Amino acid sequence: MIRIENISKRFKRLQALDKINVEFHKGQVISLVGPNGSGKTTLIKCILGMVKADKGRIAVNNEYINGNPCYKSDIGYMPQIGRYPDNMKVGQLFEMLQNIRNQSKEHLDKELIEQFNLITIFEKPMRTLSGGTRQKVSAAVAFLFNPGILILDEPTAGLDPLSSEILKEKILKEKAKGKLILITSHILNDLEELTTDIMYMQEGKMEFIKRIDTLREETGELRLNKAIAKIMRRGNADTGWIDKILNSVKEEKKY
Amino acid sequence: MLKLSRYILYDILRNKIIIAYTLFLLAMSLSMFQMEGNNSKAILSLMNIVLIMLPLIIIMFTTIHYYNSYEFIELMLSQPMSRTRILMSEYSGACISLLTSFFIGVGVPVLIYSPDTIGISLLFTGSALTLVFTSLAFFASVISRDKAKGIGIALLLWFYFTLIYDGLVLLILFNFSDYPLEKFTLVLSALNPVDLGRIFIMLKMDVSALMGYTGALYKDFFGGFWGLLFTTGIMFLWIIVPLRLSVKYFRKKDL
Repeated sequence: MIRIENISKRFKRLQALDKINVEFHKGQVISLVGPNGSGKTTLIKCILGMVKADKGRIAVNNEYINGNPCYKSDIGYMPQIGRYPDNMKVGQLFEMLQNIRNQSKEHLDKELIEQFNLITIFEKPMRTLSGGTRQKVSAAVAFLFNPGILILDEPTAGLDPLSSEILKEKILKEKAKGKLILITSHILNDLEELTTDIMYMQEGKMEFIKRIDTLREETGELRLNKAIAKIMRRGNADTGWIDKILNSVKEEKKY
Repeated sequence: MLKLSRYILYDILRNKIIIAYTLFLLAMSLSMFQMEGNNSKAILSLMNIVLIMLPLIIIMFTTIHYYNSYEFIELMLSQPMSRTRILMSEYSGACISLLTSFFIGVGVPVLIYSPDTIGISLLFTGSALTLVFTSLAFFASVISRDKAKGIGIALLLWFYFTLIYDGLVLLILFNFSDYPLEKFTLVLSALNPVDLGRIFIMLKMDVSALMGYTGALYKDFFGGFWGLLFTTGIMFLWIIVPLRLSVKYFRKKDL
């Protein structure tokens, strides 16, 4: 559904994306994993057309992105930090988005609005909402139009455990419908139950994309975060210093 | 396009600054007309506010508003909407709200106290300058990602058009006072919308008789139909050119 061909992007001194080639298919839940500044968000923004790549091209639903924004009607996007016009009311935001998308009312997916109980705050202006509540609104917006592709940037950061659970349930449900879901997160435990594939990025390069079972077998670790940590260490000799410091602290304590 | 600008407009109209701006203009114009016995004197004082204060408030407000709606623009970009449409909606939202304030604050008192050619030309100039400086503000904010830099550029533009430009013109006129400069100053006036507005209003007043030969030439030119056409045309260019440039830049920009 999404094909990324040889994408490169440079921000002045930083090579944010370096020749990335990858293809995502229906029914996959892909976790984009990597250290901070490895280019995860830039890749997502390239797919959404917010960042224009220097080289390479991207096809969504078999059509190359070239200025025509129509392909975005099949994408639901939940940003890392959702900010909205201060004086706009929550209800108005949903009304506006429906107006823009021009989609028939029957196809709307209002499940998250109901489960997060957002109707009770429909009359509140956006500026009065807390960070977590905004996050809930962003999530509800992403799922609202029943899109075939969902892109979630740090979806559970800032949500309380209950809401985070609701969101995970919802993601699982959409996964069962055979949608393509792309998630970035640092909270690996959250991803564990959802993910089918792991895409690991470092310094703008894609190190690998593997099925989660394969990854477990290769590293011999059952827990996802341990498996990833093992790979992070292996791939990057510099991180060895962490072990040294940790060990030396332990040794000092012995004496 | 109107779908989106309706919500932007709604958001701006609820902004406290725009309400304060309207009240400020209203208080100013009413007190001018109350204090001065002679209506044309009041218009003259009002003209100075319209030519100097109004551009400053507009360019600052619009720049800050643009930066505050940055995340909102990001959200809109994740929707199936073209960049041109998003920027134009923002622009028309800002323009409509600022024009509304101007008409309530200055338009209504002028139409009550002095509904003649001078009054109308003041309103014409004021509305044209509103649009021009909104365009310039968009240009300043689109070309720089950094908020402080954007506001700096906007302020510099205002300084240039209200203070620096006049100094430059005086410098030229003094140094080349031996030559016939009437036609040349006409061209110079077109290069600054504030000056153009000032000349356009002044020549409708009796004071133009005090300006000697140049005044007579100007009156001959600006007083007639061609003068009106010239002013409208140049103002239109001042609105369109910065706006076109910002749209062009915005289409290629990384957000």
